[in-house]
Amino acid sequence: MPSIRQNTFLDLLPDFRNLGVIARILVAVNATALAAAVYAVPNMRGSVERFIEDAAFLEPLLFIEIATLFALSRQLGRLSYPVGCTLVVALAAALAAIYQAVVSSLQSPAAMARSALFAALLAAALLGYFRLLVKAFSPALAEARLQALQSRIRPHFLFNSLNAVLALIRRDPKRAERTLEDLADLFRSLVSDARRFVRLSDEIALLERYAEIEQLRLGERLRITWELDAAPSDALLPPLVLQPLLENAVYHGVEPATEPGDVLVRIERRGDRVIARIENALIEAEAERAGNRMALDNIRERLALFFDAEARMNTRTDAGRYRVEIDMPYLTRARTAEG
Amino acid sequence: MSVLRVFIADDEAPARERLKELLLDIAHEVPTEVVGEARQGLEAVELVPGSSAQVLLLDIEMPGMRGLEVARHLAGLENGPAVVFITAHDKHAVEAFELSALDYLLKPVRAQRLAAALKKAAAGRPPDGEQLAQAHGDAREYLSVTERHRIVLVPVRDIVFLRAEQKYVTLRTKARSHLIEEALIALEHEFEKRFVRIHRNCLVARGAIRGFERAAPSNEEPHWMVVLDGIEERLPVSRRQWPMLRELAEARNLK
Repeated sequence: MPSIRQNTFLDLLPDFRNLGVIARILVAVNATALAAAVYAVPNMRGSVERFIEDAAFLEPLLFIEIATLFALSRQLGRLSYPVGCTLVVALAAALAAIYQAVVSSLQSPAAMARSALFAALLAAALLGYFRLLVKAFSPALAEARLQALQSRIRPHFLFNSLNAVLALIRRDPKRAERTLEDLADLFRSLVSDARRFVRLSDEIALLERYAEIEQLRLGERLRITWELDAAPSDALLPPLVLQPLLENAVYHGVEPATEPGDVLVRIERRGDRVIARIENALIEAEAERAGNRMALDNIRERLALFFDAEARMNTRTDAGRYRVEIDMPYLTRARTAEG
Repeated sequence: MSVLRVFIADDEAPARERLKELLLDIAHEVPTEVVGEARQGLEAVELVPGSSAQVLLLDIEMPGMRGLEVARHLAGLENGPAVVFITAHDKHAVEAFELSALDYLLKPVRAQRLAAALKKAAAGRPPDGEQLAQAHGDAREYLSVTERHRIVLVPVRDIVFLRAEQKYVTLRTKARSHLIEEALIALEHEFEKRFVRIHRNCLVARGAIRGFERAAPSNEEPHWMVVLDGIEERLPVSRRQWPMLRELAEARNLK
């Protein structure tokens, strides 16, 4: 099973819109220019003058480079890491060469090549530096974050489910057994590796186990419509993304209702996207019941950790229905994992 | 020991089943008889008064009306049941129960705890309204008028005004009026978001105010009257409340 390994978080281009990244680039390039000036001119005063001279040439180029990377940040982020790096280095070199040709009096091909080489080396060095930086900080952070996000279950659900099982043990021991098995599966997935992608088919099985338990508690009050015919069972997604949404739908749309509540679960593939939608009735008195936002933020963050900007989650209320929709890429193999 | 009459209110069928099983299990210790069941809060308010129940096992997470409000409406009954609250997991409620010295059980309920709670409830008395109001903390969604074996609920959102008259408060909806035994000052505090005081003795639903009218009866000083939605009657505004109401009116572009 492919998984989000530590490398997933490492092999990403730096975010060129991040202020910290921009600041680091500025400092590093200028420091290099200063070092070069100190090395080239033997006396201190001359070095400073040389640096100022170089800076006057260098600074506008640097801003052009950063602005370009800033603008292309999204597109670059979608590329695989090696391709992205190559492109960034090539871009830096090309911009430097053009800049040299346009601005400077030295319009010889040799001068252009020199500038391009200088820019390419610096860009490559900086990319290496950013990779080390991410390596140093990211995995622990991301992992801690994921675990914290995932290990949330509504105690309300747990205790009520246990209570329902207790009620079953004497009357219907078989069903009690099944319910405990379902609960066990649900908890196994809660404590499983949060970094690992899961198959949609497994996630759907989990949804069905969860629904089974809720059905036991709520009986005919809970009516779930499953539209899963077009669901691509081999699609990969972060674990426990859909179950909390179904739990929300039951908690906010069925439990507080005095009438039976309909919940819709629809998962389908549209081209290279997977669209999952969960809908429930909007209960008026339900607005103040807390807890919903947290689950949504949690899921949104996890989608971002797994899919970056490629997945979206939207919520909408209309015609008395509350709807959550996740739009994520259809992946069958984790792109970034090597295994 | 005489048989204790128990009423069960829980929205989940398995939970009700479980309680009934436990009651049978502890029957040798505390003999009980289940005299009624409710699956929703409103149903409990409707059925408990006529049930002659001595103890109410009341789940606090129910649709329609949550357990604490149910208990508040039942508190007005003359021979109302003692209440044992049941919750699966509501930290907030548990803290409130502890603070207000109300009995509660945690789900899943244990037989021994249930027996102890029933014994205590049989010996004790029903929780009083103040205790419950404190534990509830929220504004009620209904006000209740207690008749002999019946509780009439009036949705707070239907109330146009509340006016103190001697011992009672008159509660007026578009359709009719009721007398309730509550203090206007407590009502003002509980529903401050919905009602505004226009006079020493009167609270008016903010949403029901259509405008203001200048009244100048011959033998009195002129004063302002509130014009209400769906009700003919105009209510006088006291001099003291007028500046505040005028601001409200200006903010909403009335008058």
